[in-house]
Amino acid sequence: MKNIKIKADNLNVHYGDKQALFDVSMHMEEKEVTALIGPSGCGKSTFIRCLNRMNDVIDICKVQGKIEIDGNNIYAPSMQVEQLRERVGMVFQKPNPFPKTIFENVAYGPRIHGIAENKSDLEEIVVNSLKKAALFDEVKDRLNDAGTGLSGGQQQRLCIARAISVNPDIILMDEPCSALDPIATARIEELMGELKTEYTIIIVTHSMQQAARVSSRTGFFHLGKLVEVDKTETIFSNPSDQRTQDYITGRFG
Amino acid sequence: MGFILISLIVLIGFTSYFLGSLRAKKLRTSNQKNLTSLNHYYGYYVALWAVVPALLILLMITSFKSFFIEQYVLSDFIALGSYTETELSLLFTQIENTALGIKLFDENTILIDDAVNKLNYINKTIENLTYVTVLGLSGLLVLYSLININYKLNSRKIVEKFLLVLYFTCSLVAIMTTVGIIFSLLYETLRFFSQVPITDFLFGLNWSPQRVFVRDAGDLDTRDLANAFGAVPLFAGTFLIALIAMCVSVPVGLLTAIYMSEYASPKVRDWAKPIIEILAGIPTVVYGFFAALTVAPLVRDIGQGAGLTVSSESALAAGFVMGIMIIPFISSLSDDVIKSVPQSLREGSYAMGATKRETIVKVLLPAALPGIVGSFLLAVSRAIGETMIVVMAAGLNAKLTANPLDAATTITTQIVVILIGDQEFDSPKTQSAFALGLTLFVVTLALNFIALQVVKKYTERYD
Repeated sequence: MKNIKIKADNLNVHYGDKQALFDVSMHMEEKEVTALIGPSGCGKSTFIRCLNRMNDVIDICKVQGKIEIDGNNIYAPSMQVEQLRERVGMVFQKPNPFPKTIFENVAYGPRIHGIAENKSDLEEIVVNSLKKAALFDEVKDRLNDAGTGLSGGQQQRLCIARAISVNPDIILMDEPCSALDPIATARIEELMGELKTEYTIIIVTHSMQQAARVSSRTGFFHLGKLVEVDKTETIFSNPSDQRTQDYITGRFG
Repeated sequence: MGFILISLIVLIGFTSYFLGSLRAKKLRTSNQKNLTSLNHYYGYYVALWAVVPALLILLMITSFKSFFIEQYVLSDFIALGSYTETELSLLFTQIENTALGIKLFDENTILIDDAVNKLNYINKTIENLTYVTVLGLSGLLVLYSLININYKLNSRKIVEKFLLVLYFTCSLVAIMTTVGIIFSLLYETLRFFSQVPITDFLFGLNWSPQRVFVRDAGDLDTRDLANAFGAVPLFAGTFLIALIAMCVSVPVGLLTAIYMSEYASPKVRDWAKPIIEILAGIPTVVYGFFAALTVAPLVRDIGQGAGLTVSSESALAAGFVMGIMIIPFISSLSDDVIKSVPQSLREGSYAMGATKRETIVKVLLPAALPGIVGSFLLAVSRAIGETMIVVMAAGLNAKLTANPLDAATTITTQIVVILIGDQEFDSPKTQSAFALGLTLFVVTLALNFIALQVVKKYTERYD
């Protein structure tokens, strides 16, 4: 068994009066892909947004419980959110490159965190990030073009490059392929396979096939509760809970 | 008579609506065949025939009536041939007054008494004729259109077509007004430029139109005109005051917009935004008081305390107050633009570990920049066109200066100054106002056009 990278303990999340997550406890292993599946509104996106405290942005959102990354509680008062997010990158459902050049999109993170010492350092980081995101060959001649001018799949890979530019430990992916066509999806999935050698990846997905293809562990959420979490093969071949069984066989959801 | 007649037409319109619907209903029940439109469309169809031509005829009669009456009443005087046009129109006014019982002159000649009788007679006749023509036409057309209703008549199509024409006419009113204004400006401006060369106007450094009146117009040569109508001091004053205004409104407005869109809680927004927008609704005369009575003396006192010579009417005071006035233009528009930057970009930036300030400065403002620039340009064009504050607080002295503590004047202010009081409309002084107006129009039009283009470019970006 691998090292435990993230550990959530009795996590409860409220949006105003509405409770979105109930007593979720689970862990994610280092340098593995963990998939979170479940029907819409089941709380899987809420959960993943707790891992880099993106829910802080929403005023009415209240998080109770504990999430530890490498043994440190990220909801502790001493935790610096900016530093946390430097270590925990995120890729969103809809590609959201900044309206800047391709270069500037990737250079954004290193610049605000002061990672690059000088200009050639920065260029190296940008090129490496684009290479890791399997985008460099397609854009190497037009780094100064607008990032928003790329195709949807390229934009999403640009966002992945942006996320890995600050060299995080963890990459959160919130339905990263739901806005993409099958070919672009296949490229991103292939990329995830390469990235997991260096990064811990958590992916929220609607597609059970995708979860089966990319992940080693899978958690199934339903109505704000974590129903079951286990090895991906186990979840898809021999789930212990009837609800999981019903969901993966397409009886609901 | 107008009111009664129009009421009658409206009454006929309503009645004919019911008649039309009724006839359509009858046709429908008496025969198996279907009509093309719903009953009430036939009502509208008949009502339109009843009302629209009648109103058009009435409009025509009223607009040509006065000319015809005048010609008829004055025919005896015109036949004499010894009156000029101005005298004739004065005479007609006298006749009209006499007819109303107002006697300004005792020595009414027989001719005038005669004309008064003629006036009364023709007025009565035209009134009767109008009633007969308009109501008769209306009635006839109601009959015609009622008979016209049959299975083939597509009244819905006709009504829709009429509405189309109506909408088009309404939009034409605005367009024609603009075109009309441009042409009247253009006409007078060209007359002005026939006396003063356009280059002297655009590049001359000396503005003192009152000099034209110092001597008799006959003594003037073109060099004097050129020296009197150099508009550069006005352009400079306008530019200076607008610049001061922008120096106040851009930072304050932009920071307000950032606070309102990114920091303020919904509660604060709800009450603060309307209050800021009230600033734009305060009459500019009130700003003028404020500038002239409060800010200008304050500027003078502070300046004098610092050992500077400050005139009691200064460009700085006017520009400052104007800047406050246009804050809401910038803050409100920029606020909307910043808010409309997609939430996903904010999240993308936060997810990279950026702080709120970094997100605003590095992502939101660049993304919203075209829209923000657009709001600046709209504010500038507002500042350039502003008159009242400058009249009251910046003085009327057309001095070429870049010193904000000095008195300054703007294009709009000079237009006011030139056109106040009795003026002869063919003097170059008066016509220069039109040239100034046209210049102002061109500049603000260009600014608005650029602003719209910039905003448009922005809106295309996220579609």
